[in-house]
Amino acid sequence: MTKIFETPLYPYRRSADQDMLRPVRHPVVVIGAGPVGLAAAIDLACRDVPVVVLDDNDKVSFGSRAICFSKRTLEILDRLGCGERAVDKGVTWNLGRVFFDEREVFSFNLLPEEGHKRPAFINLQQYYLEQYLVERAREVAAQGKPLDLRGRNRVEAVGDHGDHVRLEIETPEGPYNIEADWLIACDGATSPMRRMMGLDFVGRVFEDNFLIADVVMEAEFPTERWFWFDPPFNRGQSALLHKQPDNVWRIDLQLGWDIDKEREKRPENVIPRIKQMLGEDAKFELEWVSIYTFQCRRMENFRHGRVLFAGDAAHQVSPFGARGANSGIQDTDNLCWKLALVLDGKAPESLIDSYNWERVYGADENILNSTRSTEFITPKSETSRAFRDAVLDLAEENAFARPLVNSGRLSVPCTYDEGPLNGPDATGLPARTRPGSAAADAPIGDGWLLDRLGEGFTLMAIDADIPDGVEDGGIAATPLRLSATDNPELAARYLGDASGAVYLMRPDQHIAARWTGFDDTAVAAALRRAAGRQ
Amino acid sequence: MADLNTRPNISDADSFYAELMAVHDGLTKTQSDALNARLILLLANHVGDREVLSAALSAAARAAGVER
Ligand SMILES: Cc1cc2nc3c(=O)[nH]c(=O)nc-3n(C[C@H](O)[C@H](O)[C@H](O)COP(=O)(O)OP(=O)(O)OC[C@H]3O[C@@H](n4cnc5c(N)ncnc54)[C@H](O)[C@@H]3O)c2cc1C
Repeated sequence: MTKIFETPLYPYRRSADQDMLRPVRHPVVVIGAGPVGLAAAIDLACRDVPVVVLDDNDKVSFGSRAICFSKRTLEILDRLGCGERAVDKGVTWNLGRVFFDEREVFSFNLLPEEGHKRPAFINLQQYYLEQYLVERAREVAAQGKPLDLRGRNRVEAVGDHGDHVRLEIETPEGPYNIEADWLIACDGATSPMRRMMGLDFVGRVFEDNFLIADVVMEAEFPTERWFWFDPPFNRGQSALLHKQPDNVWRIDLQLGWDIDKEREKRPENVIPRIKQMLGEDAKFELEWVSIYTFQCRRMENFRHGRVLFAGDAAHQVSPFGARGANSGIQDTDNLCWKLALVLDGKAPESLIDSYNWERVYGADENILNSTRSTEFITPKSETSRAFRDAVLDLAEENAFARPLVNSGRLSVPCTYDEGPLNGPDATGLPARTRPGSAAADAPIGDGWLLDRLGEGFTLMAIDADIPDGVEDGGIAATPLRLSATDNPELAARYLGDASGAVYLMRPDQHIAARWTGFDDTAVAAALRRAAGRQ
Repeated sequence: MADLNTRPNISDADSFYAELMAVHDGLTKTQSDALNARLILLLANHVGDREVLSAALSAAARAAGVER
């Protein structure tokens, strides 16, 4: 059977740009059709911003790589029009079990709070996510949106010309050049763009190797995340077992630092390891095997003039916590509406600097969390191992020790506290929906709050009076009037002790400002600030 | 805000000290280190107050002249 990741999904086709005497100028060019580049392209095209995506390949990610996609990613995919497919195919899970040596020390439930459209997490092979994004990109283009995805177009060189960038592209039919007003580099962890521009990528490499194997098997294991510290089948190391769709199971085995990667990757060495874990009689087939050394690092700046970096190109984390692709998709969620406003002449170019501020903040939070997890999983000294093992020994009997067990803190969106676009907060309203946070979902009638937020700014009133439209400098906030009567979730998440509230929501569903009642001048000022016009 | 109490606070100090030594009796260095780690975690949780814990950590580091 041909695997999806072996099929060309966006084969090379000659573009009219290749026959022009002078390089054609495009408003936005995206390099890389990984999950991040594709999400950016769909977002921009849906905002009627013409976008060209260049990828040196024509297939989805080889092997599954990312498997855990967070609630926030699913909400963003909903906005982009392919959340449903991901959730339908994905495996929803809530329960995680942690084992130490031969015993289960505790289990945790990600406690999916009631009243959200999307679960805390789904597991889905990265190639499926990319396939759905490619198909959605096609669909958007077929509906007349300006999206042009070019396979086997490898960017060989870039020239920064201040107000635009020139790109030299290599194709199966030879080279051609184009220009871009704005360039978004989503070209992955080894980002050739970063290298071509001579930019740094500072951080640390963890001296450890992990064998990542996806195996196909009919197994009785439940749909749970199982994590082992120091199990009998992988002494002194850790292991993970997690289910994906199509009876594919993800196995991570920590191998240590001094190993021969090529040797360890060979099936004759991988299969016995997996048999030690699953039992001699386990029947399985290897779908994909790879060995990784994990790193946590980021660029100092995600913006360099008209070149913007997003996803793994801008920051890299170890996979514990599933923060790679999830945070990359949040990058584009943050960036695209800002770029659309700037290109539309409604916001100053400096609005793009808030992308740098907010997503560097997000990257630092992710790096902090994933560094802490890595240190717990891979203790770096005898003392840190003694404490790690002490935590695990205590966890079984003592509830207090369980929050200290760190097998990965799973991705949640960050709150841009003190962010440059945040407007005023009002006392008495719940902390979780303070300015800077991603809007919490809640049931509204037969549907969901997040589905009611539009592509632009929304002025949401809960049991408060607002006028029909608020506008500032050509940017409007669409009114959304709701009542929290008989809606305890909405009340708990947005009102707290207040009897009514007014929220200004950004196009990326983050909260810009909030009040306990409407005030024309205050809302207009917050709108101005959120659009970087102040 | 609570301060780290560094004044005498343990009644019958000698018997406490003896008990602390006794629980390590017959243990290897590795076992003792593990026990100490568990003990620190249990006590830290009992204290709970983050500021007191930070004060205790730096007081412990300072005493051996290894403050960073
Ligand atoms: C084992 C493992 C497990 C993981 N698990 C998770 C998880 O559970 N959850 C999660 O969120 N993340 C996870 N990740 C991380 C996730 O895979 C990455 O964060 C994600 O793929 C980054 O997407 P991206 O679009 O930024 O880059 P990529 O997916 O790397 O895409 C970059 C694209 O750019 C193209 N390109 C590169 N150079 C050029 C060029 N010169 N010209 C044109 N195109 C170019 C490449 O062909 C590629 O298509 C995991 C990673 C690994 C390795």
